[in-house]
Amino acid sequence: MTGSDSGLLLVFGEHIAPELARTLDLAGYNWKGASSAAAVAECEPSDGWSGAIIDVSVDIEAGWAAARNLRRGDIEAVRILVLVSGAQLGDLAHRDDLFDDFCLTPFHPTELEARLRHLLTTVSATTVRPEVVVYDALALNLETYQASIADRPLDLTYMEYELLKFLAQNPGKVFSREMLLSRVWGYDYYGGARTVDVHVRRLRAKLGEEYADLIQTVRSVGYRFGRSRWRS
Amino acid sequence: MREQQCDYVLRTAAERGVRMVRLWFTDVLGNLKSFAISHNELENALSDGMTFDGSSIDGFSRVQEADVLAIPDPDTFQILPWGDKGAAEARVFCDIHHLDGTSFDGDPRQVLRRHVRAARERGFTFYIAPDIEFFYFNQPEPGEQPVPLDRGGYFDLTTRDVTGDLRKQTIRTLEQLGIPVEYSFHEDSPSQQEIDLRHDDALTIADSVMTFRLIVREVAASHGVYATFMPKPLEGVQGSGMHTHLSLFAGDDNAFFDENDPYNLSPLAKSFMAGLLRHASEITAITNPTVNSYKRLVPGFEAPVHLSWARNNRSGLIRVPIAKRGNPLATRIEYRSPDPSCNPYLAFSVMLAAGMRGIEQGYELPDEAGSNLFELDDDALNKLGIGQLPQSLSEALRAMEESELVREALGEHIFEWFLRNKRREWRDYKTHVSQFEIDRYLGVL
Repeated sequence: MTGSDSGLLLVFGEHIAPELARTLDLAGYNWKGASSAAAVAECEPSDGWSGAIIDVSVDIEAGWAAARNLRRGDIEAVRILVLVSGAQLGDLAHRDDLFDDFCLTPFHPTELEARLRHLLTTVSATTVRPEVVVYDALALNLETYQASIADRPLDLTYMEYELLKFLAQNPGKVFSREMLLSRVWGYDYYGGARTVDVHVRRLRAKLGEEYADLIQTVRSVGYRFGRSRWRS
Repeated sequence: MREQQCDYVLRTAAERGVRMVRLWFTDVLGNLKSFAISHNELENALSDGMTFDGSSIDGFSRVQEADVLAIPDPDTFQILPWGDKGAAEARVFCDIHHLDGTSFDGDPRQVLRRHVRAARERGFTFYIAPDIEFFYFNQPEPGEQPVPLDRGGYFDLTTRDVTGDLRKQTIRTLEQLGIPVEYSFHEDSPSQQEIDLRHDDALTIADSVMTFRLIVREVAASHGVYATFMPKPLEGVQGSGMHTHLSLFAGDDNAFFDENDPYNLSPLAKSFMAGLLRHASEITAITNPTVNSYKRLVPGFEAPVHLSWARNNRSGLIRVPIAKRGNPLATRIEYRSPDPSCNPYLAFSVMLAAGMRGIEQGYELPDEAGSNLFELDDDALNKLGIGQLPQSLSEALRAMEESELVREALGEHIFEWFLRNKRREWRDYKTHVSQFEIDRYLGVL
């Protein structure tokens, strides 16, 4: 597969670095730059993007927000490669669901080209993401946005659903409030980490007495999803 | 964000077989209003709103433009637990707009939105936790006195506790709707209950209070009894209040907390309290909006009467609860005069406005009231410089009428309408000859 017959590639970033444009052009990729959600929606071809390069090294918030948008509600996920600076490697933790590969910037053109080729040719093998997340009696259908506990439907608001989905996809891991805020609400959300607390409390209320402990408070750290193995 | 929320709502409605969506909003007097649309209209409603004739809604009336637009807030879309299986019902709170899209001045929810936004622009989030009291009664015959379901008292656990079962079912329903409950217990008076909601941001709590009042009444009705939020339904026992716990957060920090203060109160908290105290009389018509409200605000029944504050003296208007383990996040103040007959959107708006005025102008907080103020006579109170809350709806309306703060906080439309409507209520009351007068005067004069 050569670059030119691979469909339209999205390149997201505040301004597209000349070396990036040159690398893509030389490799024969058909690509389109965009720097806002509106622009992405506007330029999207009818058969969808063939893949996306998201430069998070310039504008972190906008970059990850774009990745989140591409992933939201899709089953046929767009393959995403993120460009990160060395200082941002830590940001990759717990964002596994938002990218398929990454490349350090400044990048070596040959490396980026190799990674892109790999990214776009392995699409069919790994593109299907799990549609259902199951943990204990909890089930989340990512395609239909529906959640149930012990076969009883849970009626969640959008943000409650997003929070529960994120937690259930990462059982056993402890997340700080700040981390949850930036991962679930995005950086643009105002209101502080207390927002997380009130949403957790609402979720526990809806889970009911028997399952409220699926979301555990880790004192002075944050929250963890999942039950202790010592519970009968 | 709104687009994703709308997507989510439409998808959920389809997946759950929602047949009918109830569009909820609140009139100026605090009554929950609703009209239903078919699920087929939901997408249309979310994008363009639904037109309805608002001319007969209290406080909405405007001769020249009767039609207004209800625009659903997708964040409040919630499937109702009492719908049929296979034909579920949902509710969504709406903001009311003019047909040209500008927001409608008579909509209490948007009044509160405006205050929340103004606080946010200054870097604050306003958190509220209300303690709501109410009574259960057997269905009375017309003209009869209401009959309580039990004779229990404060924290009583009576055998065969009927009201306890009602309370339990109410709480379960509230939690299913995502309204977490912190405490619930039998209050002091016969068949009087208290349910304390967990704190949340002001707008969410105002919505929750509206839902709460409906749920309490629904559950009672399903058991053949009824629940009332009338502030003082029984003479000689405590009435029902809605003590309101308030705090301001700046990001993740409680702006009311100061580790080095003996009260753990920041200067900001003190100015906020001073603002509430100074403007309390002006906002009382909003927080205590009925003739009956003032029969609760009398000495001897744990309701506040004086414009004072204290840490653990429950006769004061503002109490500063001692936070558990000195938890900085739990530092808050409790404003004790509101009662559950108020419009929560408007009540929270004027409380926030009064407190913020105190912060803007750097009001000084008077000293803590030491002794139990109920035991002091008027002279002693005057000497301490402690005033009183309005004694009647009429006094409260007079204080409100002269308040530039309340006029600004509510907007001209609601301010004028409310005064007009409540003056009429006062006139009706004033001309009524009560049983008290017949009993007292008829035979001897």
